[in-house]
Amino acid sequence: MRTSKQMLSGAEIFFECLKKEKVEYVFGFPGGAVLKLYEKLYDVDHLQHILVRHEQGAAHMAEGYAKATGKVGVVLVTSGPGATNTVTGIADAYMDSVPIVVFTGQVATHLIGNDAFQEADIVGITRPITKHNFLVRDVNELATIIKKAFFIASTGRPGPVLVDLPKDVINSVCEFEYPEKIEMRGYKPTFLGHQNQIKKAAEILKQAKRPLLYVGGGVIMSGGHRELKLLVKENNLPVTMTLQGLGAFPMNEPQSLGMLGMHGTYWANQAVNNCDVLISLGARFDDRVTGKVDSFATGAYKIHVDIDPTCIDKNIIVDLPIVGDVKHVLAELASEMNEPMDLSDWWKQIEAWKEECPLTYEKEDGKLRTQFVLEKIYEKTKGEAVIVSDVGQHQMWVAQYYKFNHPRSHLTSGGLGTMGFSLPAAIGAAFGVKDRPIVSISGDGGFQMNIQELVTAVYNKLPIKFIIINNSFLGMVRQWQELFHAEKYSFTDLSESNPDFKKVGEAFGLKSYSTNSPSDVEEILDEAFAYNEGPILIEFKVVKEEMVFPIIPSGATVKEMMTKRLDPKEMV
Amino acid sequence: MKHTISVLVENRFGAFNRVATMFSGKGFNIHSISIGETETPEVSRMTIVTEGDDNIIEQIVKQLNRLIDTIKVIDLTGQTRIERELALITVFYQKGTRAEITNICEIFRGKVVDINNKTLTLEITGPPDKIDAVVNVLEPYGIKEMARSGTVALKRGEQLKIEKNPVTQ
Repeated sequence: MRTSKQMLSGAEIFFECLKKEKVEYVFGFPGGAVLKLYEKLYDVDHLQHILVRHEQGAAHMAEGYAKATGKVGVVLVTSGPGATNTVTGIADAYMDSVPIVVFTGQVATHLIGNDAFQEADIVGITRPITKHNFLVRDVNELATIIKKAFFIASTGRPGPVLVDLPKDVINSVCEFEYPEKIEMRGYKPTFLGHQNQIKKAAEILKQAKRPLLYVGGGVIMSGGHRELKLLVKENNLPVTMTLQGLGAFPMNEPQSLGMLGMHGTYWANQAVNNCDVLISLGARFDDRVTGKVDSFATGAYKIHVDIDPTCIDKNIIVDLPIVGDVKHVLAELASEMNEPMDLSDWWKQIEAWKEECPLTYEKEDGKLRTQFVLEKIYEKTKGEAVIVSDVGQHQMWVAQYYKFNHPRSHLTSGGLGTMGFSLPAAIGAAFGVKDRPIVSISGDGGFQMNIQELVTAVYNKLPIKFIIINNSFLGMVRQWQELFHAEKYSFTDLSESNPDFKKVGEAFGLKSYSTNSPSDVEEILDEAFAYNEGPILIEFKVVKEEMVFPIIPSGATVKEMMTKRLDPKEMV
Repeated sequence: MKHTISVLVENRFGAFNRVATMFSGKGFNIHSISIGETETPEVSRMTIVTEGDDNIIEQIVKQLNRLIDTIKVIDLTGQTRIERELALITVFYQKGTRAEITNICEIFRGKVVDINNKTLTLEITGPPDKIDAVVNVLEPYGIKEMARSGTVALKRGEQLKIEKNPVTQ
């Protein structure tokens, strides 16, 4: 029998709250300020604690778990350095709207501000990079604050929330009752889009001759992919997706134009530039999408659906804003569209662009290229894998060459562009998703940024395929140096300093492979995907100087898109 | 264009900081900012005077609304409102100028609140442009120090018609 109110310590309340929030995994690392929590954790059996090797890893794991499952990722670290090490992960989650709750230890309340041992003002530090954060000053507030933290992180436009837990608060005792409801007069996330605005959007879409849907991560977060598919299939609408939106609409369907923006497909960008109605769904007109804002889709009537009002008219002034949950708006919009649209001329034009400039790479010279590796991974996994990419050239090639057929399948650091994201995020995803292959793809640079977490993958026997695309360069930076910085390859050549990745993998206890030959790729991948007892590392040594095309230079327009290597002097 | 924005926030640890952090992080200007209690102890009112074109002001209002501790945001610009600022101004005087300065103070309905053998301290209250005018007039005498409170503002109450012979029931 459980009475409604019991006397519990802060540490006990903490775990009772996590139980109520149905938390399955906590990614963490112990330390002085959270010893009491770890003492209690020793006897907790309703969740699993995953020990990381660096707190940044914990934050990215929570992100990977959250992005792959849609549930809230949870981090537990100690005060001071433990807390500050999570900052990059928190900033990453903020930029990409990932629901995570980070619990940090803090020195006892009477020591706050005294420069105490392992003290850092983490609430102050993370204020601009969290959706909200809390310092718990009284154990009586603890349960309510935890409830609020999970609510804020997971509703509206999701984001990271940090809860700072002073040592004495955790040690204190109070009556525990988990609040059923919480009241926050300053936080009322808007859910339903304005009915008349949606009707107006439908009227405008019906009259469009050259419509285009521009889909962002918001569609995936809201779970609106089915509604999107219905709207698109019934009206044969072309769809382009942002980096975070990939998979919101199946990319093997003919209506998918692939990614838009700086490294988007030629035909997607031409479609943006020439459409007459552009409907942005859960996307935020990021500069990597728009290029020069004055020249972005100038002829289009722009409709912007987003749950966050601050996104509207921030970068691009739109004609028709709809603030609301994009899943709901999509369903309403689909129901307003009663007659199929005739877009045959528009599709003819798009097909012509596709033929004019398809995605290609050199296949005949016998050298190994990233694009080839990715095509093979797509073949082997049939678009069913969860691909966790890092940041750089390989990330853009993943977006171009892997056709994502499901939402929550493409996990990457888009907004912040955090190198070192893939390895730990794949670990988090592997805890959340057990029935699909998890593939982490990194460059040789990014792989070394959180390499310590290989231990976490091995210890937990996670069947992750860690793929290193090794071109012995910080490839994207090298590309920009070649194109825009007078070919000064300043500190981007790693060929003399890189470790032997196969040996590194073996030392960490991973089955490891390395090759530079296209003819080995199939066999290695077959072995890798057949092995599910633990993680595997594969190093693909690829050609050094390959570049990602097309590219619209930063702040430029679609007209300045480069589709192949040019003499930089030809560029204006 | 200058805008006066009134923000009701939870009277809670860090709420002021969140607003200030948002302004600096987004690169918005703050001309003045003042914060104090309201009729409800758990709510504080911030009055922010800022500047920007319509798009920037719209973003500022949205970004303020997005903060979890924000209860209500009102852009008072264009509405009938009462705006006041308080200034303490310490100004140098010489033989002969003391009377001039106290005279200026009287014209602006200020008060002399401190004096020593070199300086006078004046207290002036009024709309910000009145304070600007006082400062302008006092400048030639030599202003030693000045403290301005920043603007506080409220929307003017609705003017209801007063019945001549109210019937009491």
